[in-house]
Amino acid sequence: MLNYIWFFMIFISVIVGTINGKIDAVTESAIQMSKTAVEIAIGLIGIMALWLGTMKIAEKSGLIGLIAGALKPITIRLFPDIPEDHPAIGSIVLNMAANMLGLGNAATPLGLKAMEELQELNEEKDTASNAMCTFLAINTSSIQLILPATVVGLMGAASNQIFITTIITTTLSTTAAIIAVKTMEKMSFFKNQTPKNND
Amino acid sequence: MIDSIVAFTNELSRYIIPFLLTGIPFYGLFIKKIKVYECFVDGAKDGFTIAIRIIPYLVAILVGIGMFRASGTLDIILSLLTPLLNAIGFPPENLPLALMRPLSGSGSIGLLSDLVNQHGADSLIAKIGATMFGSTETTFYVLAVYFGSVGIRRTRHALAAGLIADAVGVISAVFICRLLLG
Repeated sequence: MLNYIWFFMIFISVIVGTINGKIDAVTESAIQMSKTAVEIAIGLIGIMALWLGTMKIAEKSGLIGLIAGALKPITIRLFPDIPEDHPAIGSIVLNMAANMLGLGNAATPLGLKAMEELQELNEEKDTASNAMCTFLAINTSSIQLILPATVVGLMGAASNQIFITTIITTTLSTTAAIIAVKTMEKMSFFKNQTPKNND
Repeated sequence: MIDSIVAFTNELSRYIIPFLLTGIPFYGLFIKKIKVYECFVDGAKDGFTIAIRIIPYLVAILVGIGMFRASGTLDIILSLLTPLLNAIGFPPENLPLALMRPLSGSGSIGLLSDLVNQHGADSLIAKIGATMFGSTETTFYVLAVYFGSVGIRRTRHALAAGLIADAVGVISAVFICRLLLG
């Protein structure tokens, strides 16, 4: 699916850009964004190191295990494929907590750690597992208990009302994400299978 | 009542990271007696490899998104959808943000601040926009980074589920704001 979306994004951009007379901007943007991608990744190194270092302490000292144990009743239902005591559960739970609290900087390193641990359990290394898809769907729809700082900065006093509406809408969108992901993981269209090579 | 809850949680959020950065090593060093410094350095090493590993995936996704934005395709989609949106009570002013949000974080912050500047933070349109912003995520970016970090190429239903969640977030932002604040 990503293959087609990616291709058509670029294809349509070139066609529409040509018709609009914006083809120079399209070219410029392609080059600029490839630089931006590297800048983002390089910028992540420090933040990743800080959080992964701190989380290593949390893991070694058994803190992550404690938190994961407390939330077991929920995670067992969401991620039936992950063994109960696997470290992935701890990282997933911490990533969700960071997202809910609006701590974007901390959420990404924790999420990437969770992905690494989920990948250990994954049988087909180039294909997303059910647990990975569920994790990402919950991650991208995350229930928001504390507003992102940018929203508070922009909205000022009106943030009070946004606080309530955001909790309600994110609860709805997370529910939708879980229903969607659990329904689609059973569909043959999204089946966990590499195409056979008839050679 | 709500005012003080919000003030309290926002105040609290300033202390979460400092608390974690001291609390976790404290627990490790004094309660569990582990070598926290060595442990930190050991964990921190992975930061470099993971960040480097996601570069090709980020380049692919961000270049696609950048070209799409620069081409003006969003404006065309917008003008096509405006009559339909008016019919269902979705403010057309909020559509650019709804379409931009899954693609670009910085782009959607720009659109949100534009809504606030043009209509004021107290307008329903700005409130719907801010709720939308908080309720959705830069899904394409997250997928590229998360799957890229472990080398997953076949993403199965993850994108579809993420976009469904974004759509539900966008639509319910409009209706919840209308219901509660309108």
